[in-house]
Amino acid sequence: MSEPLLEVKGLKVRFTTEDGVVRAVDGVDFELERGKVLGIVGESGSGKSVTAMTMIGLTRAPNTAFEGEVAYKGQDLLAMSERRLRDVRGNEIAMIFQDPMTSLNPVYRVGDQIVEAILTHDSVGKRVARQRAVELLREVGIPNPNNRANDYPHQFSGGMRQRAMIAMAIACNPDVLIADEPTTALDVTIQAQIIELIDKLKDDFNSSVILITHDLGVVADVADEILVMYAGRVVERGSKRSLFYDPQHPYTWGLLGSIPRLDRPKGSRLASIKGAPPSLINLPQGCKFRPRCPHAFDRCVGEPELANRVEERRHLDRCWLGVDEKRSVRSATIKGEVATA
Amino acid sequence: MSTNGGGPLVEVKSLKKYFPIHAGALNREVARVHAVDDVTFSVNEGETVGLVGESGCGKSTLGRCIVRLLEPTAGDVIFQGRSIGTLGARALRPLRRQMQMVFQDPYASLNPRKRVGTIVSDPLRIHGIGDRASRKQQVENLLEAVGLSPEHYNRFPHEFSGGQRQRIGVARALALRPKLVVADEPVSALDVSIQAQMINLFEDLQEEFNLTYVFIAHDLSVVRHVSDRIAVMYLGKLVELSPAEELYTRPIMPYTEALLSAVPIPDPDLSDQRDRIVLQGDVPSPINPPSGCRFHPRCRYATDVCARIEPPLVDYGNGHLAACHHPLNVDSETLARVAVSPRHTPEAVNETPLPQ
Repeated sequence: MSEPLLEVKGLKVRFTTEDGVVRAVDGVDFELERGKVLGIVGESGSGKSVTAMTMIGLTRAPNTAFEGEVAYKGQDLLAMSERRLRDVRGNEIAMIFQDPMTSLNPVYRVGDQIVEAILTHDSVGKRVARQRAVELLREVGIPNPNNRANDYPHQFSGGMRQRAMIAMAIACNPDVLIADEPTTALDVTIQAQIIELIDKLKDDFNSSVILITHDLGVVADVADEILVMYAGRVVERGSKRSLFYDPQHPYTWGLLGSIPRLDRPKGSRLASIKGAPPSLINLPQGCKFRPRCPHAFDRCVGEPELANRVEERRHLDRCWLGVDEKRSVRSATIKGEVATA
Repeated sequence: MSTNGGGPLVEVKSLKKYFPIHAGALNREVARVHAVDDVTFSVNEGETVGLVGESGCGKSTLGRCIVRLLEPTAGDVIFQGRSIGTLGARALRPLRRQMQMVFQDPYASLNPRKRVGTIVSDPLRIHGIGDRASRKQQVENLLEAVGLSPEHYNRFPHEFSGGQRQRIGVARALALRPKLVVADEPVSALDVSIQAQMINLFEDLQEEFNLTYVFIAHDLSVVRHVSDRIAVMYLGKLVELSPAEELYTRPIMPYTEALLSAVPIPDPDLSDQRDRIVLQGDVPSPINPPSGCRFHPRCRYATDVCARIEPPLVDYGNGHLAACHHPLNVDSETLARVAVSPRHTPEAVNETPLPQ
């Protein structure tokens, strides 16, 4: 195991609102190694986007409270001044957002927006920056980039806008690329193009990628390691193979069972997870998945630690069930044969 | 899924829907968006037909034409043997009871200022069904049928989560006991675990209320799960229509093949083994669709004939229709029977590849 490029330790983010304190992130730990893809999977409200945005200081506000540490090259990004952070953000850690329709400025030409990103971090002339912007657009597969750089965002299709966002994100050769649901708003055929592009860029630039998604299919394709988040915490974490073929947390089983699968014979019913995710203001006591878990027992009123419980050393989970017990009930749960009474 | 094997409930005949584009000082029509272009198919009673395709392929427009939320430019929709393509608003109203729609966005399709009870009972009130008390009783039953609680009657939409709102939308659609429900991307705005609940609900309700569905979605795995037959659309054209399982095991149209291969599979080993066809470029503009087969600029099997001649929708047997000059997964016997020239079989594609 090499030295991690980025390390998140005990991250907690709380927002004070009129309705109470929202515990958006409540205990997230992970390491990111150079050249690796980390997938973060979870439903809306699981804290995956807040985790990513907090890492580059996009959640700083008077009503926000942080705990923990985001160590990057020996510095804590959480404690870093806004001025210093601005050099890191976009330059060393860049982010691609979910909605390519709203993350580009509609009144500036696409090329100019990329030029702006380059000029912010590099002391080059406008001409050079412009050339690089065109080069970047070519890199991400925009046809005829010299002309298209003069287009406004509305003249681009959804897939092209996302490509332009990626061009902007890689403009300064970042060490870490955070992609927050980069393909959710796109069609499957375009999704396949974008995922292939991110994978290729990772190899070309030897960057690390944090890929946030709700789609287990997308991470099965490109991720090296996967975090599963629920109610602001990591409930399971492991290498891709270990997580897919030996999943340890009942929530992960529920996610796996919820997706209709093209690679399997059509089942009669999907194994849905009963109920809805808990309110982050009023979290259940103990294991946060307990109210929806078909295997909950008395021990679950206390919250389990994220710990290694299987042979695979780097596979961690947050569940009280014994490993043997899990393996015996797992496949029935994924298939939906366990009554979620 | 139930296939009660009735006759066709809905027949769509050569349906066209063009949206005019006006420009200039005189606001003259300068172009047309060919949203739905000559689509013919039928939906049998009790079955679920899935409608898939990328955004902009016209699947929503087609769905809206079927329930006459949009007026077709040409062609006709026959509902229970009655032509409804040209009916006026008044004549249409009794038929509206038979066909309802569930919309994609549960945040936009419910009036935020109305209570749930009002939202779900409005269709009953408008059609003059029952008195106030009996309507309330019906709404409470409906709320229970879709997995909500009768106590939700007096709540407002903002008090509900996305999944619950979609259930309200379903309850509203079912209020008039329709025969046909057109569901336009009903689960795509929902989280995976909630999505599974909704899909199961749709299946339960179909059985309980004896419904016929037109299920519009871009997610091929969801469509496969709910559908008996699936129609694939591309740029306003129906390019393949097939029994659900067969479409996935034996796609004939190369576009379907590419669509299927782009669906991510949540299994790392299978995902690695798979030969993925990544389509180049975007869907062309429906204002100025490509000549011949509309898929030819992105098709890896395309030859010069594809750019010149539009392939007709051909029946390859077993109710499997496709429009392609180079059909995949079809044996020579069937090919000979449907009289597609053998020159255009996939083996011969390398003869004259088109410049991409």
